[in-house]
Amino acid sequence: MCFAVVGGIKIKISNQVIKAMKHEFTITVYTENHIGLLNRIAIIFSRRKINIESLNTSPSEVEGIHRFTIVINEVEDVVKKLVRQIEKQVEVLKAYYNSNDEIVWQELALYKVSTDKVITDVKVERLLRQYGARAVVIRKDYTVFETSGHREEIDKLTEVLGPLGLIEFVRSARVAIINASNGFYEKLKEFEEEKPGDEIVENEFLDKQDEVFSM
Amino acid sequence: MSSATETMKKEKPAGKETAKAPQGRVKPQTSISGSVAVMEALIAEGVTDFFGYPGGAIMPIYDALYDYMDTLNHILVRHEQGGIHAAQGYARTSGKVGVVFATSGPGATNLVTGLADAQIDSTPLVCITGQVFAHLLGTDAFQETDVINITTPVTKWNFQVTEASEIPTALAKAFYIAKTGRPGPVLIDITKNAQVQKFDYKGYTPCNHVRSYRPKPIVRKEYIQAAAELINKAEKPFVLLGQGVILGKAEKEFKTFIEKAGIPAAWTVLGLSALETDHPLNVGMLGMHGNYGPNVLTNECDVLIAVGMRFDDRVTGRLDKYAKQAKVIHLDIDPAEIDKNVQTTVPVWGDCKETLPMLTALVEKKEHPEWLNKFRKMQVEEEDVVITDELHPKGEIMSMGEVLNILNELTKGDAVIVTDVGQHQMVSCRYAKFNKTRSNVTSGGLGTMGFALPAAIGAKFGAKDRQVVAIIGDGGFQMTLQELGTIMQFDVNVKIIILNNQFLGMVRQWQQLFHDKRYSFVNITSPDFVMVAKGYGIAGKSISKREDLKSALQEMLNHKGSYLLEVMVGKENNVFPMVPQGCGVAEIRLK
Repeated sequence: MCFAVVGGIKIKISNQVIKAMKHEFTITVYTENHIGLLNRIAIIFSRRKINIESLNTSPSEVEGIHRFTIVINEVEDVVKKLVRQIEKQVEVLKAYYNSNDEIVWQELALYKVSTDKVITDVKVERLLRQYGARAVVIRKDYTVFETSGHREEIDKLTEVLGPLGLIEFVRSARVAIINASNGFYEKLKEFEEEKPGDEIVENEFLDKQDEVFSM
Repeated sequence: MSSATETMKKEKPAGKETAKAPQGRVKPQTSISGSVAVMEALIAEGVTDFFGYPGGAIMPIYDALYDYMDTLNHILVRHEQGGIHAAQGYARTSGKVGVVFATSGPGATNLVTGLADAQIDSTPLVCITGQVFAHLLGTDAFQETDVINITTPVTKWNFQVTEASEIPTALAKAFYIAKTGRPGPVLIDITKNAQVQKFDYKGYTPCNHVRSYRPKPIVRKEYIQAAAELINKAEKPFVLLGQGVILGKAEKEFKTFIEKAGIPAAWTVLGLSALETDHPLNVGMLGMHGNYGPNVLTNECDVLIAVGMRFDDRVTGRLDKYAKQAKVIHLDIDPAEIDKNVQTTVPVWGDCKETLPMLTALVEKKEHPEWLNKFRKMQVEEEDVVITDELHPKGEIMSMGEVLNILNELTKGDAVIVTDVGQHQMVSCRYAKFNKTRSNVTSGGLGTMGFALPAAIGAKFGAKDRQVVAIIGDGGFQMTLQELGTIMQFDVNVKIIILNNQFLGMVRQWQQLFHDKRYSFVNITSPDFVMVAKGYGIAGKSISKREDLKSALQEMLNHKGSYLLEVMVGKENNVFPMVPQGCGVAEIRLK
């Protein structure tokens, strides 16, 4: 990841430093629809005192298969272990984790603003336009706008709207699409046929066989 | 209920030969209650002995049991915790799934300690709890608790049944999940309405596949190859033997592997008895109170091969000082264990019953006499400083070790040893002799005091033709001594040795070593244990003199039926060697 450093050893150290830093990771979990599974997954985080930044459950591309999207801030090593613990649950088919550059994601936000304010204050209208907000409902006394995007953008609009009479605000959990994913159909077939697929197991040592095996 | 029972009685022989799975008495297509379906499931799963305690919300199931008493042997315990520990002991010695019944509310919450114990020690259990009527769920009804959510962190899987027709499939899935892959406890919570409701029984089909559940990871040949290559190049290889070998029924495969590769092996507390104690490659026990050589040489070996163990902190000591020089090969069925605590060089995912023979085929026949000699030398050193004094103390007061020593002499290592938690447990694990697998029953991961007495009851039912000896401390015994009632009622032939040091010994040892001898609440008084046993109709004796030890142990072993022997041992004896908390394994103290 870090190319600025010259020399094999130095790169290694800098990578370790990067690895030791907390990052935002998105965990995608394909599951059966089972009562109590949400709790089983949630306690994997709470047991280790890890805060869930965002959690979304939804249907997936495969009928009957649910999809959890969980966002946490953690060190990659910890995330890897968490994903294995999640996958260990009986009703979980598969769990993946991705950094932000490996996914496309969106969050949705709703803002309730006084209609009067929108009409009288040019600033409000300009802001809404600037952030690409769309009106969902317009009533005599209030108007509801929605925006979707990354959290930073949404938070920014909330921040600037605050002093201009924001009545109510809510933001959804993150939903994310994994860039490299080909969907879950094929994987599910493996599960149904009881034929586990040829999973690539990343192992930093096996990738460097020569180093390891010259003792 | 009654009409179903009548049908059952009339059609008693039918159904047995109808399907692949052994069926009970009820012919498929009969209308039966959920409770009868539970009985049918137990029979189909081959359950013979199980444990439980009745109560309001599980009464329909106990009512159905009344008609099955000739085939299903239910043992009434004195407390649900005793029930689940007994089921654990049963599973450990028999290799089958342990089963326990409990009622809703307090009955179910009393199972929690045992569930946690079984979860951390990978013991296959199916627990069936009664629950209030489905329409009362969430109303704070009498004896209602949210059992599913209370037990979620301590079960491999759990499920609430609210319809009678769900019972056969739920139980089939429960047994399958409990015993396959890395085993663990499963809890099925059945509401009372589902127990009494009638449904059209379609026969019992055992489960052999759950879509989202992969009990065994695929074995990757290139990893086996890589592992074999490492082992073949190794000069100082060292094998760690865990309970996975016992759970995978791979004791033979394990022995063939170490014998061909000539690698010394040390066992974890739960791996005990998977290899005979006297095997020339067995170098002893790992961990905080393990042997000197295995601990020190962990930090000297060049290839560390862990088989079915999970690098518990009591085994590794300080992780950043653990086997840093070694290449680590980790064989485990649970992918989540790989790299969890110790970074693996080559992970061998899979069932060791399959992976060990594959590995054996690829390793060269070798011996490492010099390396093995290092272990033997350290063994001698440990004998000089610790073992000889422990097994043959010079003073007047008896030691725990000498009791074990004489016991070994008399049982010759053929007994099942059940231990509780504390000093006596560590001494037993260090010195008990084992010739046969599944001979060690102890609470390893959770460290549950009070485990031994009920677990010994279960262990006896799981190994009816074997001598079962429970070794318990004076503290732990008082936690579950009510189970003497179970021993009395069901004539359970277990021998109980109480090693009484009049202290909560292990805590006292820590207070002595690390808290300036500030003995805070470790001074525990005990009742007259022999008198207590007598109250339950159990023969017993208390001894405090060495000259009585051998004859008393012999008398205990020869006694027909259960027997309690209290041995008064040194009050302030310590268990050594010891890896103090926060230290590396090589910093093990011999005194």
